[in-house]
Amino acid sequence: MGFFLETLLGGLMAGMLYSLVALGFVLIFKASGVFNFAQGAMVLFAALAMARFAQWLNTAGLGPAWLVNLMAFALAAVVMFAVAWLIERLVLRNLVNQEGTTLLMATLGITYFLEGLGQSIFGSDIYKIDIGMPKEPVIAFQDVFEGGILINLEDLIAALIAACLVVALSVFFQKTGTGRALRAVADDHQAAQSIGIPLNRIWVIVWCVAGLVALVAGMIWGSKLGVQFSLATVALRALPVVILGGLTSVPGAIIGGLIIGVGEKLSEVYLGPFVGGGIEIWFAYVLALVFLLFRPQGLFGEKIIDRV
Amino acid sequence: MKKPVLLLSALLSAVMLSSVSPVLAQSKEQFIPVLSYRTGPYAPNGTPWANGFVDYLKLMNLKGGINNVKITYEECETGYDTARSVECYERLKSKKPSFVQTLSTGATFAITEKAPGDKIPVLTVGYGRSESADGAVFKWNFPIAGTYWVAADTIMQAIAKKEGGWDKLKGKKVALVYHDSPFGKEPIPLIQERARIHGFELQLLPVTPPGVEQKATWLQVRQAKPDYVVLWGWGVMNSTAIKEAQATGYAREKMYGVWWAGAEQDVKDVADGAKGYNAVTIQHGAEPNADIVKTLLAQIHAKGQGTGPKEEVGQVLYLRGVMSAMIGVEGIRSAQERFGKGKVMTGEQVRWGLENLNLTQPKLDALGFKGVMRPISTSCMDHMGAAWTRIHTWDGKNWVFTSDWMQADEQILKPLVKATADKYAAEKKLTRRTGQDCQS
Amino acid sequence: MFYRENGQLKTSYQADQQIFPIAQDRWFILAMLLLAFVVAPLLATDYWFSAILIPFVIMAMAAIGVNILVGYCGQISLGSGAFMAVGAYGAYNFFARVPDMPLIPALILGGLCATVFGVLFGLPSLRVRGLYLAVATLAAQFFADWMFLRIKWFTLDTPSGSVSVSNLQVFGLPIESDVSKYLFCLTLLCLVALLAKNLVRGAIGREWMAIRDMDVAAAVIGIRPMYAKLSAFAVSSFIIGVAGALWAFIYMGSWEPSAFSVNESFRLLFMVIIGGLGSIMGGFLGAAFIILLPIFLNQALPFIAGMVGIEISTTVVSHTELMIFGGLIVWFLIVEPHGLAKLWSIGKQKMRVWPFPY
Repeated sequence: MGFFLETLLGGLMAGMLYSLVALGFVLIFKASGVFNFAQGAMVLFAALAMARFAQWLNTAGLGPAWLVNLMAFALAAVVMFAVAWLIERLVLRNLVNQEGTTLLMATLGITYFLEGLGQSIFGSDIYKIDIGMPKEPVIAFQDVFEGGILINLEDLIAALIAACLVVALSVFFQKTGTGRALRAVADDHQAAQSIGIPLNRIWVIVWCVAGLVALVAGMIWGSKLGVQFSLATVALRALPVVILGGLTSVPGAIIGGLIIGVGEKLSEVYLGPFVGGGIEIWFAYVLALVFLLFRPQGLFGEKIIDRV
Repeated sequence: MKKPVLLLSALLSAVMLSSVSPVLAQSKEQFIPVLSYRTGPYAPNGTPWANGFVDYLKLMNLKGGINNVKITYEECETGYDTARSVECYERLKSKKPSFVQTLSTGATFAITEKAPGDKIPVLTVGYGRSESADGAVFKWNFPIAGTYWVAADTIMQAIAKKEGGWDKLKGKKVALVYHDSPFGKEPIPLIQERARIHGFELQLLPVTPPGVEQKATWLQVRQAKPDYVVLWGWGVMNSTAIKEAQATGYAREKMYGVWWAGAEQDVKDVADGAKGYNAVTIQHGAEPNADIVKTLLAQIHAKGQGTGPKEEVGQVLYLRGVMSAMIGVEGIRSAQERFGKGKVMTGEQVRWGLENLNLTQPKLDALGFKGVMRPISTSCMDHMGAAWTRIHTWDGKNWVFTSDWMQADEQILKPLVKATADKYAAEKKLTRRTGQDCQS
Repeated sequence: MFYRENGQLKTSYQADQQIFPIAQDRWFILAMLLLAFVVAPLLATDYWFSAILIPFVIMAMAAIGVNILVGYCGQISLGSGAFMAVGAYGAYNFFARVPDMPLIPALILGGLCATVFGVLFGLPSLRVRGLYLAVATLAAQFFADWMFLRIKWFTLDTPSGSVSVSNLQVFGLPIESDVSKYLFCLTLLCLVALLAKNLVRGAIGREWMAIRDMDVAAAVIGIRPMYAKLSAFAVSSFIIGVAGALWAFIYMGSWEPSAFSVNESFRLLFMVIIGGLGSIMGGFLGAAFIILLPIFLNQALPFIAGMVGIEISTTVVSHTELMIFGGLIVWFLIVEPHGLAKLWSIGKQKMRVWPFPY
């Protein structure tokens, strides 16, 4: 029983980490209808930027660790804003009104470009992001369950950060003027344009926010695993979360993340040994697929309406 | 709209016309292709190896080459992908390579099929097919200095020693956390054989490449509570495994890694958290005081000719690259002894050279490997030449040797190699080479 | 002016319905076939065969298969790598387990295995559409990845999971040399292209295109979506499966499950998008582009750097390749979202009306 709870907890934490990445997908799709396959590359690029800036600032001896991290974060955020602006300017503006497949492929092209650029500028070694996360495990409830329940403090803090981010995003969307404008654009581009909302600027803002989300996700994943090229593959793990929760729903990304995280870990630990192990990845996709069969638009997505 | 169309058609015709046929190599120079990976998930480990390899070739050229035959080399980026490795091989084949090394077990499998037809020996120092040590079946493969079965066997020997003897292993549990690929699956037959003989339980835990997500694996380790964990990973998988071991509280002293999972790159980010982690070494470990290291620093890096950063010289993977290059070069030199000193050797001749390699201790010392390597001597039947290993442990800052020189147990190894090689021979309808064929 | 079909009148339905009704087109195709079957084997070097021509032929076949599914039927699929894998391992199992199994039946049976797999993982398309379907097909991809790594039966219980084939022959002729491999694959490609072209010109092709354009309306006028979608998956996966078997048997010789990873799926999708969705010619053009580009960059970049006097390492070349590849894709999609095939047809149109602009 204790081990089941442990696996469950581990799954929930992993799910929150996936949600962080999935949030980026959802944000961009909500506001511009583009499925941003490049989110993984953006996470990698942001994490590389932050790791390397921290390293360079450290060797320049610019102060205590927390200040260096803060400055690195700020610098990386600026870099991500620049990337967002460039993407909107060079790519999206020229692909207005193209169909979904084309935009998808364009973001795939951006993925390759960012991967190449990130590694050219920042290097392809493993880099460290040290934001002071606790690395040792905490074993709780040792008297209740045999062996206790393992609580990974780093994951817990990461989950809290993700939750804060979601709250911040919700406040941004509901309470601020820009947030309202974003929601308007997500509803109907033409109507939003007709009441004077500048589409191009909104898209830049959305990609900037998504870039920031990517940076936070990159920072947390990087702190956990080290920043290296394979961080970009995390996006493939977050895709089932997006389609399970629905492409247009922020709470969907969270709930979907939790479901996928728990499903993955439980299946790997309890079903895996019977079939030899390694079933995590495809199980997550099959789980999402099964949900889709009952709700083709995802759990919280907009119902798909076809007009003939 | 017109301009892009014209531009595109021009570009396409340029592409068609200028996909250059490779230039034929100068017949006066010995060409060595360097299939390496400096990008992708395995780059952190592949890059220092490639740097060491190329640095040694540069050193050889500085000393005048192999009996005054200069070495030319060309790197080709494979990204640890088998298809790209094959493409690199095909592209560089026409330059008459002396030998090919792939730094990838998957690519070794693929190129093993092509090399005999192309007459190019495949040098796989410390990786590749374990059964290719049987030279009577695998004429063109050379897993010199050690194969994965040697690594697995000596790891088990070290574990047995720690327990106090092979009999103490009965009833214990060993978990193998491995990279789910031909590379990771290599040790399984040998460890299963040992488990059968000595009565311990082997739990197999595959990790999907590139191995960035291992939470579930290590939760399973925490539940199963194995007495030892053998880590068989490469690239990012290694550091992730150690980080997850730390996060689930598995004692790093009970972890033993293969020689590709025991380098600075795998532990430096975890530093103190990896203290006590052990790994087997293929003869050499981290040798900052070796003569060859000093020579490379003085002759190559001091002149700004170093391929990578100076700090890397003397580290585990860098030295492995140096060792691989050295063995290849000595194979060519040995071929020159028979076929003509000072002449450029063909692939076939280098094959003979690698098959008749006799690196005695005085020779190794003279090359700068005193105290680093032990003698290697290959023959027609034995393409491995030596099976010496040691265990080194990370103390938080450096890799420190914590065992004596060990050798794999021939009693276990030889029958397994022969049986597997026979199976390959039967499948490919090859006959075992006999005495006469061995003389060529 | 170059391309006028003035005076080419047809006197029978058969003549009217042929694939290349215009005489210039027929001459052109004849010339291409001559070039491919006769001239290339005489002139091409070993390297050209093994690195460029053979991969191009096999990938063109796979691209045709993907185009049928994505371009003609509108079902975005990211599981093409899995279909190739199933085709390859299916063919391998028949080839290795059944004694004296000839090569072509083994390939066809491999294709049929891929068909079954494709139809199975195509079932979600009946309920899910668009991007959701794309991600759902990734389930097929990862499942196949796992299946061939874990289930030892598929790889004939080899401990390493790596398999190989050798001693291939067709009707007694050995397929060992590069030229024979190339001609064999080329023959199969021509057959498959003919099959695909006739399918998309026929009733079933029109059904696929109707489903692609407006599936609800298509259902209203009596096209059964299940039949159309699943037949698209079936035909497409058959072709991709045969291509996968050829890739494994002929090009690789020895392979492991990671040879058919999700990167292959993306590569095939790129080929189809850049080549042009909804056109058989697009498969050829896209495959040529994607295969030639890395090789060209690999040769051109050090050459250009050498001219400027800088020596660049393979790392820089690799990264620049990635950037140029990504940049080119984006540029392409901006300039011509309908792909190279559209540029080709624009070119033909220009030749028809030359010297007038339109």
